[in-house]
Amino acid sequence: MKRTGTGRRNFLKGAAAGAAALVAEPKLAKGQQQQAQRGTAPLPNAAQAARETSPPPQAAVYTTDRPGSDFMAEVIKSLGFEYVAANPGSSFRGLHESLINFKGSPNQSPELLTCCHEESSVAMAHGYFKIEGKPMMIMAHGTVGLQHASMAIYNAYADRVPVYILLGNIADETWRRSDVEWTHSVQDAASMVRDFTKWDDSPASLQHFAESAVRAYKIAMTPPMEPVVLVADAVMQEEPVPQEDRGRLRVPKLNLSQPPAGDAAAVEEAAKMLVAADHPLIIAGRAARTPAGLQSMIELAELLQAPVQDRRFRMNFPTRHPLYGSGNIADADVILGLDVPDLWYAMHSMTPVNKIGMETRTITKPGTKVIHIFAGDLFAKSNYQDFGRYAEVDLSIAADSETTLPALIEACKKLITADRKRAFDERGKKFAETAERNRQRDLDAAAFGFDASPISTARVSAELWNQLKGEDWSLVSDVTFFSYWPLRLWDFKKHYQYIGGHGAYGVGYQAPASVGAALANRKYGRISVNIQCDGDLNYAPGVLWTAAHHKIPLLTVMHNNRAYHQELMYVQDMASRAERGIDRAKIGTTITDPNIDYATMAKAYGMYSSGPISDPKDLAPALKTAIQVVKRGEPALIDVVTQPR
Amino acid sequence: MKIALFLLTASAFLTGVAWTQTAPAGSADNGKKLFVKDGCYECHGYVGQGTKDGARIGPPPLNLEALIRYVRRPAGAMPAFTEKVLSDADLTDIYAYLRSVPAPKAIKDIPLLDELK
Repeated sequence: MKRTGTGRRNFLKGAAAGAAALVAEPKLAKGQQQQAQRGTAPLPNAAQAARETSPPPQAAVYTTDRPGSDFMAEVIKSLGFEYVAANPGSSFRGLHESLINFKGSPNQSPELLTCCHEESSVAMAHGYFKIEGKPMMIMAHGTVGLQHASMAIYNAYADRVPVYILLGNIADETWRRSDVEWTHSVQDAASMVRDFTKWDDSPASLQHFAESAVRAYKIAMTPPMEPVVLVADAVMQEEPVPQEDRGRLRVPKLNLSQPPAGDAAAVEEAAKMLVAADHPLIIAGRAARTPAGLQSMIELAELLQAPVQDRRFRMNFPTRHPLYGSGNIADADVILGLDVPDLWYAMHSMTPVNKIGMETRTITKPGTKVIHIFAGDLFAKSNYQDFGRYAEVDLSIAADSETTLPALIEACKKLITADRKRAFDERGKKFAETAERNRQRDLDAAAFGFDASPISTARVSAELWNQLKGEDWSLVSDVTFFSYWPLRLWDFKKHYQYIGGHGAYGVGYQAPASVGAALANRKYGRISVNIQCDGDLNYAPGVLWTAAHHKIPLLTVMHNNRAYHQELMYVQDMASRAERGIDRAKIGTTITDPNIDYATMAKAYGMYSSGPISDPKDLAPALKTAIQVVKRGEPALIDVVTQPR
Repeated sequence: MKIALFLLTASAFLTGVAWTQTAPAGSADNGKKLFVKDGCYECHGYVGQGTKDGARIGPPPLNLEALIRYVRRPAGAMPAFTEKVLSDADLTDIYAYLRSVPAPKAIKDIPLLDELK
């Protein structure tokens, strides 16, 4: 980093000289050094004695009432963060101290959350955003901390979630006091994650920091929303605000951009295609993120009587609505994709892993028209391949779906005649019948293995629903690996009741993301529920302590199938392909011998827990007790030994 | 760690075919062991109840001959298990185990599910 403030340097010169004088002491023999390191108390030599008994050099400066980090904290507070998550690190110790001792509101807005791993910090911010709709800040070393954090940042990036990442770094090598500070310093801190963040900066002055901090927030919150990185130089944090800056530093005003809405003519064209269609189908990706977005989804689907295929990235549609999942993509003549990152995959099939070779097949019928409203078209990077396969569409609208939906609804309304309305109502009745059949099919399927041990995932879901149905609840976990049972059995209606999953399937997301989401739910008094995969929890289980320490009410129900089960199935596939050792796929993929006792693990972190529970009859009373604990405002974990999926 | 997902739906294990009334052959006890040892439970569940990655097969919806044919050349995403790794005799035992799995109760007799109707 280039230092521009020579005046600031002059201001500091006296302090630096004083410090140099203080550290100048006679060399010690090797043995003495070791003795000193061990903390024994040798008699002072003459130089030490003189230093301790003499008045300090006149130039020595020990304190400041105005460290640069105070101004940084002022900027950060202006952005309205509720929380900042961090595992402590020396490169941001100045800012850490400023935040927890800020004049007038120490450790408030943001409140510092103590995390045991930077991956946890980021994933907590990831989950928090998907409930609260605003970013959480995290702090980390620009080197080792960011290395820990990087997978979680990639998850957030792929899931289009803004995480505000502040990195500490010592840019000026002459200020690095030890090998620790050398190894924790970096020339270009953000480069490590630049492929999967939206913007970054390494400010060279406090005013530069202020403007970049506000700019970063604005960029992160403009769809497509993504993580951003801001580097806070450690020297700038810790040294006093330069004299020449005092009185002229200012916190810039934040004014968020209006999210991008679809071009009016393109929206009208989309409306014409949808209203004219006999079999329109809506595919929802990251379509809704607020109550208004969910309401728009319902309004559009009901207006057109168009079924919704949910890709389960967000709470896009009520799960018991007659139009939820009741359509078939092969029947559609017009498909409306709403921020669907995997649109190609929704419309094609591929040769599965069990067969040699690769063939793809279009699922849609010939002549089907495809409209895609997609904010992803406004921002793309090259290296990481989360953008998926290129989807051929007939009308591409580069815009945010939620922002565009009201205009699309109005455009459709203008075109719907009485005849079309009658036709829509007729097809709606068929979808209602299909939805009823689907529901009965799911209930029938849930009955199989209902009394089995290990406990079936359908049974766990039914037991949970029985205790949650009268509560204000929020499912804060992905349920892909739970055969989607909650989505098939529960009544999801509200925007906070489902938040999707990892983004990039980086395992280790679930436990911390659920804690972050539960933190966001806390002030609304909601019961947060996390169906926790065992393999995921083992990446960074320290987040259980964070939940206990900060009294974050969260019910964690272990999906303890004792395996990295997806990988187990894949290895089984490979063994079958090779016609050998089909009984050996468990090697390297299972988590047994010894079995992990998650109830004891949770207790060790200070959390209420029970289990392991293998008998389904024991589940209801255990859940009931745990929910009471959560209602008291604390986290609880129930270890349930489950069927694989 | 990155993991990928099965992108295709679970294998269609000839669902809809009437349950066979053929008397089971083979050892259900040994079949139960093989069902776990050879990894059948991974996709189908320990009692063959089915999951998002494998069809419901307990109790089996096929007769033994059809099951063996399907295992050798599955139509969906299920791996093909050749005779080299899974003999007809072992499959006969597995079939006997699946036949021994009790049929589920009716929904009306499971209060937790009945109230979801």
